[in-house]
Amino acid sequence: MTTPNQPGIRLAVSAPGMAEASILDSDIDKTEVFRLDDVTVRYGDYRAIRNVSLEVYKNEITAFIGPSGCGKSTLLRSFNRMNDLIPGARVEGTMTYHGTDLYGPKVDPIEVRRRIGMVFQKPNVFPKSIYDNIAYGPKVNGIKGKMDDLVEESLTKAALWDEVKDDLKKSAYALSGGQQQRLVIARCIAVRPEVILMDEPCASLDPIATAKIEDLMKELAVDYTIVIVTHNMQQAARVSDRTAFFTAEVDADEVRHGNLVEVGSTNAMFTNPRDPRTEDYISGRFG
Amino acid sequence: MSSTLVGSSVAGDPGSLQRTKPRYGEKVIKGILVMAAGVSVLTTFGIVLSILIPSIEFFSEVPIQDFLFGTEWTPLFADGEFGVVPLVTGTLVITGIAIVIAIPFGLGAAVYLSEFASPRVRKTVKPTLEVLAGIPTVVFGFFALEFLTQVVLVKIWPDIDIFNALSAGLIMGVMIIPTIASLSEDAMSAVPSGMRDGSYALGSSKRQTAMFVVIPAALSGIVAAFVLGISRAIGETMIVTIAAGLQPNLSFNPLEGMQTMTSYIAAAGSGDLSTGSIEYKSIFAVGLLLFIITFFMNTISIGLVRKFRQVYQ
Repeated sequence: MTTPNQPGIRLAVSAPGMAEASILDSDIDKTEVFRLDDVTVRYGDYRAIRNVSLEVYKNEITAFIGPSGCGKSTLLRSFNRMNDLIPGARVEGTMTYHGTDLYGPKVDPIEVRRRIGMVFQKPNVFPKSIYDNIAYGPKVNGIKGKMDDLVEESLTKAALWDEVKDDLKKSAYALSGGQQQRLVIARCIAVRPEVILMDEPCASLDPIATAKIEDLMKELAVDYTIVIVTHNMQQAARVSDRTAFFTAEVDADEVRHGNLVEVGSTNAMFTNPRDPRTEDYISGRFG
Repeated sequence: MSSTLVGSSVAGDPGSLQRTKPRYGEKVIKGILVMAAGVSVLTTFGIVLSILIPSIEFFSEVPIQDFLFGTEWTPLFADGEFGVVPLVTGTLVITGIAIVIAIPFGLGAAVYLSEFASPRVRKTVKPTLEVLAGIPTVVFGFFALEFLTQVVLVKIWPDIDIFNALSAGLIMGVMIIPTIASLSEDAMSAVPSGMRDGSYALGSSKRQTAMFVVIPAALSGIVAAFVLGISRAIGETMIVTIAAGLQPNLSFNPLEGMQTMTSYIAAAGSGDLSTGSIEYKSIFAVGLLLFIITFFMNTISIGLVRKFRQVYQ
């Protein structure tokens, strides 16, 4: 779908007639991690988000922004097949991970989730010690090696080691919300994924904790590919390399559903949005 | 009350702050609520007293160490012995068998319903399971005696006693499965789904999530369910009276008949013992022991629940 001279730039089906790519992304040397072609996610008969096509590139932070109910979290959860756990959820279209169909018949969702980790809106630490929270993932995945080192390494990468190194046996519930969210990120890192999906990771945090997580994301992007869903446009502008903008629309049958409006480099989208809806959202006229 | 407000009022008629009409309704309702709470407290005190007094009289005739450590329980003999050990071992053996059945099956059913079953299956199976809890224990008792012992167990152990601890224990285990399953399932369902998502997102299977995340998170509720189930087993009377016989028997062989503390109380209490006799008072002494054991169990359970309690945010 991507034309050779304008890689990475495409307009979504829902934005017909817009000028073709006035801004060029420098996507030529990038490695494609995910590729979505005409992806629709449905719950039973309800098509929650429709006809999405986009790519996610290695070692980049891709942000999904848009108003509530536009299906961005639903779409994110289909990247590591978390939607499989919801009865009736189904993905149509093709979604590939390094060229492999994520929903192919031989693909094991458990293996998918090991490579593609996820951080949720609410810090969902386990009711275990800080140490055991980290050690859980490697244990269930049979990762061998010195657990102490792995715990230290993961906590260090998540910028939490210095704060908790003397309290590793303490319950994770003793940590603050921001620390818990970094613990969840450390827990995710400990299973050595390639991709980290983040579903509004700062939604329940104060501005200081948010700033810490944002700094952390930028550091993590050196080693990992990150996809983040956020309500917060400033956050998307601050941290992401590419942004996909979604809206909630009402179709002919008056069913509300999500659509991709446009996707491109964050810089370009925030300085020169191609679609008037993007511009309205970014400038705060709705959403 | 209102007079203190008068001085501090800023403006307007201070009299308007006074109560214009008495609120009798409040007092009546409060009185009824206090009574409702009081009934169970008073009843408990009453029970303790009514057990304690005859027990004290009993222990003035039978030394407490003879009661607690004596191995002969022959209250109806002319020169009766009052060693409670056979009744306690009978209770323990039958309760033990019940636990061995009820905990794995109850917890297994709870894990299945909470973590594996589809919502539709859960909606049908859980109420069905709870129906088991509504079956009168006398029915369970006859089922144990007539069917389990005489149709099934005799085929495996031809020389099994007609009244035996095994059938009573097995059926009692079946009886408390719903209690354990239902309460454990409630505890597991109360674990926030975000916790499961967190586990799945790390690449763990349903089994791993259930075993290493959900069960530990729900542990306080599960332990409480176990203890409640065990308490029910210890206090259960009808099944043991019918299926395990009324012969005090200091033995750990489940194929033999045994009398438990409860079945002694039921049998002696419904007999023609004369009020005030030592045999009569022995009922209260056994009742007191049962009360203390159950009280002890409940205390342990409260402690365990506190220890494992998790506060989810």
